[in-house]
Amino acid sequence: MENQPILSVRNLTKKFGGLTAVNNVDLDIYPGEVVALLGDNGAGKSTLIKCVSGVHSPTSGRVTFQGEDVNFSNPIEARDRGIETIYQDLALANNLDVAGNIFLGREKEKSYLGGLIRSLDDKFMRDRSAEALESLHVEIPSLKAPIETLSGGQRQAVAIARAVYWDAKLMIMDEPTNNLGVPEQKKVLELINALRDRGVPVILISHNLPDVFAVADRLVVMHRGQKVTEKKISDTNSEEVVQYMVGALDDTRKAEVVG
Amino acid sequence: MTDGATKNIKEPGKNASKTILLSLMQVWAWVFLACLVLAFIVAVPLVSGSSVSFLSVRNSQNILVAITPVLLLGLGQTFVIISGGIDLSVGWVMSFASVISALALRGAFNAGLPLPLAVLAGLAMAVVGCGMIGLFNGVIIAKLKVPPFIVTLGTSFIVRGMALLMSENTTVIGLPRGVRNYGNESMMYYVRGDGGGFYFFQKPELTVELLRRMDRIITYPVLMTALVVAVAIYALKRTKFGRYTYAIGGNEVAAVRAGVPVERHIIKLYVLSSVTAGIAGFLSMLRFTAGSAVIGDPLLLSSIAAVIIGGVSLFGGSGTVVGTVIGALIIAVLTTGLVMLNVPSFWQFIVVGAVVILAVLIDQTRDIIKNKIGSS
Ligand SMILES: Nc1ncnc2c1ncn2[C@@H]1O[C@H](COP(=O)(O)OP(=O)(O)OP(=O)(O)O)[C@@H](O)[C@H]1O
Ligand SMILES: [Mg+2]
Repeated sequence: MENQPILSVRNLTKKFGGLTAVNNVDLDIYPGEVVALLGDNGAGKSTLIKCVSGVHSPTSGRVTFQGEDVNFSNPIEARDRGIETIYQDLALANNLDVAGNIFLGREKEKSYLGGLIRSLDDKFMRDRSAEALESLHVEIPSLKAPIETLSGGQRQAVAIARAVYWDAKLMIMDEPTNNLGVPEQKKVLELINALRDRGVPVILISHNLPDVFAVADRLVVMHRGQKVTEKKISDTNSEEVVQYMVGALDDTRKAEVVG
Repeated sequence: MTDGATKNIKEPGKNASKTILLSLMQVWAWVFLACLVLAFIVAVPLVSGSSVSFLSVRNSQNILVAITPVLLLGLGQTFVIISGGIDLSVGWVMSFASVISALALRGAFNAGLPLPLAVLAGLAMAVVGCGMIGLFNGVIIAKLKVPPFIVTLGTSFIVRGMALLMSENTTVIGLPRGVRNYGNESMMYYVRGDGGGFYFFQKPELTVELLRRMDRIITYPVLMTALVVAVAIYALKRTKFGRYTYAIGGNEVAAVRAGVPVERHIIKLYVLSSVTAGIAGFLSMLRFTAGSAVIGDPLLLSSIAAVIIGGVSLFGGSGTVVGTVIGALIIAVLTTGLVMLNVPSFWQFIVVGAVVILAVLIDQTRDIIKNKIGSS
């Protein structure tokens, strides 16, 4: 890809006390690509993306977003810059309706008597939410029902619609298909494709290799905090990826041996 | 692209009977209240003689006067519990407010202020004094992450000590005589029977005979409570403040991630709860023309009962102000009705307790049915 990366991470290290969770990792994400982040449990995937999304601040290293060095002190700052993160749980308030969630923390208000009295502009928020869902070809039975009545996949769609509505520049999804049934997983993959079509790059953390091969353009494998390889989907296969995930293959080691 | 998600939409009619049951359970408190009122309308004249009527102007006004403190305590509590917290200090905060507003009113009046201003000084003292207690609760809960149950339990004892200290362990009396009017008069009067009728704004000059037949409709404390209720309904339903309250109760982590100022909001909620308790204390001071350090404590559990009967989930995330109003009405109607039926007073407690448990059972069953419909 000849264009500039939206996100680049350089020499990023994150230590928790004596434990090095992420060790000197480089990562570039370009517009409109889906990059899968793979690795065994505890490999450091979540920690790496939390350093990007403002949950953690890196022990050392640099994060550049849209050409500027960034050092977010909390997830809200990152989100205001257009980095949206989606988790399987904890991302939505289940007792609120779809619009309540899409606009949470950024509600649209109407004001009366010169701003003395303000009320929520529910109609505006509901209409925009319906549009955002429609643009992703998602259908939700009732926009007014609390989202606890929705299926896991529909909730994931609401979270994605929120990111789309607020014009996300980078979407990070940490195991978004975990705990979903098979048709729901398919739906989430379709949504990831829809994001790519809109030019929104996606970092996808997943343990599900078929998913990754179905949707990603590139994959990055981590092992014990280090990035052990980075490959185009078309240049690799599941067996090879598994070898990297368990540490049998390691490009950093190969580089040492060769050079 | 329309598979998966859309196919899960339930077919209408499939769960019709369950849906009807569900909607009935949604509004059971209304139905229950209506049945209670009807039952008492029929039973009271039978038991106590045909001249006594349950829904008389006098009796309905008595019920309203009786529920104002419980309702005010319950209002703040409604917001706090929806957010996933609890405020156990409101009973003693109300007592504290009764004492300090009496002291402030008396002091201001003795210093030469006209009565209306002295009354305002009493109100200001109650609001500010209790607001500080709420701030204390809120900061410790939100910033230091101490569980609300523990913080407000502790505060409850502290405020109890302060209220007893400031009242010197007795009732604060010696308030100007006119205070009575603020606490007991109204803008509307109704005189029953011959030569009677409605009177507005001014207490009618009447013969002793007629005065005995006069009732005050919506006394000032009831009016003020009604205003607070209206504001609370609006705030919870229609504003950001209410939306954040639900969001925090539903999923605090999600609220934080979405940029909701969660800590600040939690602090505001405890201030709100203390302030409504403060208003309750102030109004009871006006009503009894005295500050009392023991007035609020017995009302704490009644107010929580009203909130629960009204359908607010103790786990947070759901409930309404109107529900709490219904809950408070159910308690007041039950209590008053049983008294009019000459039922010994301990039965009131037993019945109210049973209704609280019944309410939670109904809510739980409703959730189970809802989930069944949702997943089928
Ligand atoms: N907040 C924390 N404090 C201390 N150690 C942590 C913290 N977060 C993660 N770790 C540790 O860092 C290492 C990497 O964890 P991380 O969650 O990034 O792994 P992961 O690749 O996301 O694993 P999984 O696939 O199980 O989600 C683990 O050893 C973990 O125990
Ligand atoms: Mg992880």
